[in-house]
Amino acid sequence: MEHAEHPKFLQHHFTDAEQQAESAKLGMWIFLLTEILLFGGLFVFYAIFRSWHPDMFYEAHKVLSVPLGTLNTFVLITSSLTMALSIRAMQLNNRKQTIWYLVATLLLAATFLVVKYFEYHHKFELGQLPGRFYTYEGINAVNPHIFFSVYFTMTGLHGIHVLIGMIVITWVLVRTIKNDFSSEYYTPIEMTGLYWHLVDLIWIFLFPLLYLIG
Amino acid sequence: MSVAQGVNYLNEDKSLKSWLFTLDHKRIGVMYLFGVMTMFLLGGIFAILIRLELLAPGPDLMTADTYNQMFTLHGAIMIFLFIIPAIPAALGNFVLPLMIGAKDVAFPRLNLASWYVYLLGAGFALFSMLAGAADTGWTFYTPYSTTTSTSVISMTMAAFILGFSSIFTGVNFIATIHKLRAPGMTWFKMPLMIWALYATAVIQILATPVLGITLVLLVLEKAFGIGIFDPAMGGDPVLFQHFFWFYSHPAVYIMVLPGMGIISELIATFSKKKIFGYKLIAYSSVAIALISFLVWGHHMFTSGQSELAAMVFSFLTFFVGIPSGVKMFNWLATMYKGRISFEAPMLWALSFMFLFAIGGFTGIMLGAISLDIHFHDTYFVVAHFHYVMMGGTVVAFFGGLHYWWPKIWGRMYNETLAKISVILVFIGFNMTFFTQFILGSQGMPRRYFNYLDQYQPLHAFSSYGSWVLGLGFIIMAFYLIHSLFRGKKAPDNPWGALTLEWQTSSPPSHHNFDEIPDLDHDPYDYDKLMVVDDKLIRKNGQSEKKETTVN
Repeated sequence: MEHAEHPKFLQHHFTDAEQQAESAKLGMWIFLLTEILLFGGLFVFYAIFRSWHPDMFYEAHKVLSVPLGTLNTFVLITSSLTMALSIRAMQLNNRKQTIWYLVATLLLAATFLVVKYFEYHHKFELGQLPGRFYTYEGINAVNPHIFFSVYFTMTGLHGIHVLIGMIVITWVLVRTIKNDFSSEYYTPIEMTGLYWHLVDLIWIFLFPLLYLIG
Repeated sequence: MSVAQGVNYLNEDKSLKSWLFTLDHKRIGVMYLFGVMTMFLLGGIFAILIRLELLAPGPDLMTADTYNQMFTLHGAIMIFLFIIPAIPAALGNFVLPLMIGAKDVAFPRLNLASWYVYLLGAGFALFSMLAGAADTGWTFYTPYSTTTSTSVISMTMAAFILGFSSIFTGVNFIATIHKLRAPGMTWFKMPLMIWALYATAVIQILATPVLGITLVLLVLEKAFGIGIFDPAMGGDPVLFQHFFWFYSHPAVYIMVLPGMGIISELIATFSKKKIFGYKLIAYSSVAIALISFLVWGHHMFTSGQSELAAMVFSFLTFFVGIPSGVKMFNWLATMYKGRISFEAPMLWALSFMFLFAIGGFTGIMLGAISLDIHFHDTYFVVAHFHYVMMGGTVVAFFGGLHYWWPKIWGRMYNETLAKISVILVFIGFNMTFFTQFILGSQGMPRRYFNYLDQYQPLHAFSSYGSWVLGLGFIIMAFYLIHSLFRGKKAPDNPWGALTLEWQTSSPPSHHNFDEIPDLDHDPYDYDKLMVVDDKLIRKNGQSEKKETTVN
């Protein structure tokens, strides 16, 4: 067979491992660009509605819990660190460490979602909900339900991305356990890392825009 | 490596499973081809029914509500399921790796996923059709789309899902063009089709996600009443229009740019002359892609946007005419003193130039604010749109389909019937749609189920045209299907073209090239090379000199 001398991970249409890794990296960055534009649409929405109703945004944001938001910010930033360390460990061929760092990343991601669950649950109970489901009466401003439309759409889409991230991290974790990777080939972990950092980065913008309106 | 004689990508494994799980870009392209042709048939049937209803005033075939669903389905299916994937995902998938001398696209699994995502989107669209089809028009404008009881959500989800398939193709093409070009193929040695596909992929990447989020918000608005497009709740319906057109105007260039790429190939091949202004054509594709993001407001001159914004959008709209004009004049200059032959693909290319010129000029008219106030929402807009989309993109698609048909299937079609088909389509198209320019300038509003008696003769003529158009396509379906089974065996290079896809066998083997293709020439070096019996022959010094004096 003509592929006999090729490493197992190299797909037939690439000439060498470097070309394959470079292609994957470029493709991933382009994909991240589409993610930024997807969220970009929502950030534009945020900007438009906040410029139309600056006082309402200020009044409505007060019901969000800054301590919980801060906690989640630290949780996600730490998970970015563990993700980066898992790649570093694989570059050094330390498979066991990679596995533990990936598990830590997964646990931190789950923590984020649990905290988010309590935040959402609280708001559901008080009727601080988007659009026509809004029943809360404690905000003294016009159309406060718009703020919660923006809040739930943005954090909801971000939450879905965290969930997808957890699925992907689980997948690379399984492949790491099955010994698919080495310092020669760890592209899937690296790509997952790129995605995970973007998910964190979006939260780092969401947190001040929603929780810390001055 | 020893590839047995006569083994190619079509016959190496004929099982259904080998097709459904294939990672071969050629097979995925062919599967896309079947998908988009089915959708073209479906959208075409709706179009014929719409024209039949409009043959005479008053209700004839269907109720007004059914009519609204018909034109919505026609628009949504033709746009999201046919035109957008037709050239990049079907033809582009097949020829892109071949044209740059690669074995496949960069991410074959993503490529296959894009086809399945396309099927899923088509499923949603068909479901919407059966469950009380949407009647909003393909633009889904609020507030109507959020209040109508028809199945807007499933049609919107279909467009959202199809967006992913389009993004997957775009990601794949950009990575492939950057990283998988054969050794020696520099950016300026790439065929112009590749430049066009590259510019298209850039728009697919940058615009489609914004449509995605807009449609998600529309679904949330309709399903949960989040109020962002509802003025009664502090929202704004015009905001939807801005978001929609931020994608959908660039999207018309997703549709037309790859068509322009095909025309560049056809004009050069059938004029047997070096393409005039290669770099300008390449750059103009990129320029169109970039400017396309700055013109969306010209769809909204009557929506109450500020006068200043309208003026800026109008000016930028005129600006797009420049790179489009650059291409037109370069194609004309390429043909000038070339050795033109009029095979069917060239007839499609010439039709494109004629029809796209009219579509482009009327686009400039619509971009002028004062004229647009008069023409807005009339048949003039419908006619303009069909001249660029059908006269432009669809005609280019069929030009490309005829051009690469021998490469895809290894068989020729009946040339005489092909010529009759393209001529009928050209005549039928002009009968159908030129009439609509006149109707529109006389004030016939678009999307109306009924009309005043004074418009009847022109409406009837337009409907007769649609039958001629339909006949042209029926003949085409006949000889193309016939050629699949009985067609004459195609040579490797039936048109004497110099781009790489013609240097491999017809149809190509699974790995595209059995040896690394010869790259010591440019894709349009017709002054130095000629093709005799599928072989590249370097012209001798004398004839080369003669060519130079002629030029």
